[in-house]
Amino acid sequence: MSSVLLFVQHDGGKVLKGTLVALTAAQELRATWGAGDIVGVVLGTGAAVAAREVSEYGLSKVLYSEQPLFERYRAEPYARAVAVAMREIGATTVVGLASSTGKDLLPRVAALVDGAQASDIVGVNADGSLKRPMYAGNILADVELLASTRIVSVRGTAFAPAVKSGAQGNVAELALAADPELRDQPRFGEVIGYEHSKADRPSLSDAEVVVSGGRALGSAENFEKVVFPLADALKAAVGASRAAVDSGYAPNDWQVGQTGKVVAPNLYIALGISGAIQHLAGMKDSKVIVAVNKDPDAPIFEVADYGLVADLFQVAPQLTEALKNR
Amino acid sequence: MKILVPIKRVPDWQIKLKLLPDGSNIQTEGIKWIINTFDEIAVEEAIRLKEKGAVTEIVLVSVGPADVRNRLEYALAMGADSAILVKHDGPVDSDLAARAIAEVFKKGEYQMLLLGKQAIDSDSSQTAQLLAGRLNLPQACFASKVSVENGHATVTREVDGGLETIKIPLPCVISTDLRLNEPRYAALPNLMKAKKKPFEEISLESLGVSPEVKTRVKSLSLPAGRKAGRKVADVAELLSVLQNEAKVL
Repeated sequence: MSSVLLFVQHDGGKVLKGTLVALTAAQELRATWGAGDIVGVVLGTGAAVAAREVSEYGLSKVLYSEQPLFERYRAEPYARAVAVAMREIGATTVVGLASSTGKDLLPRVAALVDGAQASDIVGVNADGSLKRPMYAGNILADVELLASTRIVSVRGTAFAPAVKSGAQGNVAELALAADPELRDQPRFGEVIGYEHSKADRPSLSDAEVVVSGGRALGSAENFEKVVFPLADALKAAVGASRAAVDSGYAPNDWQVGQTGKVVAPNLYIALGISGAIQHLAGMKDSKVIVAVNKDPDAPIFEVADYGLVADLFQVAPQLTEALKNR
Repeated sequence: MKILVPIKRVPDWQIKLKLLPDGSNIQTEGIKWIINTFDEIAVEEAIRLKEKGAVTEIVLVSVGPADVRNRLEYALAMGADSAILVKHDGPVDSDLAARAIAEVFKKGEYQMLLLGKQAIDSDSSQTAQLLAGRLNLPQACFASKVSVENGHATVTREVDGGLETIKIPLPCVISTDLRLNEPRYAALPNLMKAKKKPFEEISLESLGVSPEVKTRVKSLSLPAGRKAGRKVADVAELLSVLQNEAKVL
């Protein structure tokens, strides 16, 4: 039986929680599609450490490479390496997290192996089709992959993270010498700059609580004065609506929505967000939604569990104080 | 340099979508079609690169039925030079679109493919990467800044956790993110002139591309709606329900 290959995303050797979510989806696919074992592939600095970590989650084998070529993520060498790993283990299915890296990488892998891809799946159906959102989450599609080689990216909030199995899989270095393309990397260019957004808070994709601000915040300073303290009191990540990002109040990668991040925390607090469908697409699977808005007719109230029609500039500081004094 | 800008037409995001009774598709009769938001940004970026002198010719391409012509003409009116419609009435998935567009790319002396990072109907975000993989070209996806000089493109990419800038040699594939630019409107006189710009209609067969798709939508459904909750009077009540009722604090 053919194997399932899991693309293991990590941060300097620490396996991302989203990778374990993708692994759960891979386990469901293996059961439903009748595949053999699940093998991981890990690339980049810290790959050996990450390989050992992920090998405890029920993988039969984990292949890794720390070649300098993989030091910074680039789609071109990574896609070649994933294709090489597929050949080595005889995989006909590749599964990975639908992060910005997964979104960039996996379709390129699909092209190299002439596979069929389903992006951003949120479920595996009993008949083998895959559930995924379309039209900004307004429609759910059941999609069949018709090719024998199948690539699947998984929404990071859609499955529970996999748990340790008690056993440890084999960890081995991925042999790449056979691929001449990997020696011709200058033609794929180089990374010349990287600008980190401030990361002293939990990341949006993993946070248990998210506090988001909308256009009503009015300025980047008000984000700092009003949203940040509340987020810190809740140990929450900070998000923003498209309108707030477009207005320059918050950096691009804070955007929650169809074209930004999709989040599903236990608690989502929307401050001064009207609730355009593109925003709802990114947060409506949150467990509990709180909306604070001056406009009683704002569409955000149609999805909020608890709505407070009030001025966020009064509510947020009060809430922050109350939480601090708990 | 000549660049190829693929566009997809999609249902206007402002309309409320309805499903056919059997759930096989959305109701498309009489709906308003627009150029995919992200592809429109790619058209705008192509025009700006031409205005800066980095690009000499912008060719549009789309795969779909005859009436896609109308949207191609809109993009011509924005400022593209010519358009190719690969006419096909059957289903088109990202893979088929990429295989067809790759053949069009090979037939011209193109130095760049510039297209949206995702189509707002299928939300798959695959076509640009598939093109780069099939053509074995460097890719720069989710671009929020693009410049071209000395045979290289420098692209700032929106990635998880920040912004990454990469420099890649031409020819290359670039996919556009939301904040790259704000597309211009096509002026009415230009819409009239656009009908006279070169427009070529070709078939998949002429490109040697088989019409098979690799994905099939079995059925569509509407997600279970979230029930609206209730209003609370003040911060004290909010805090109380979050602690005692929702138990999330």
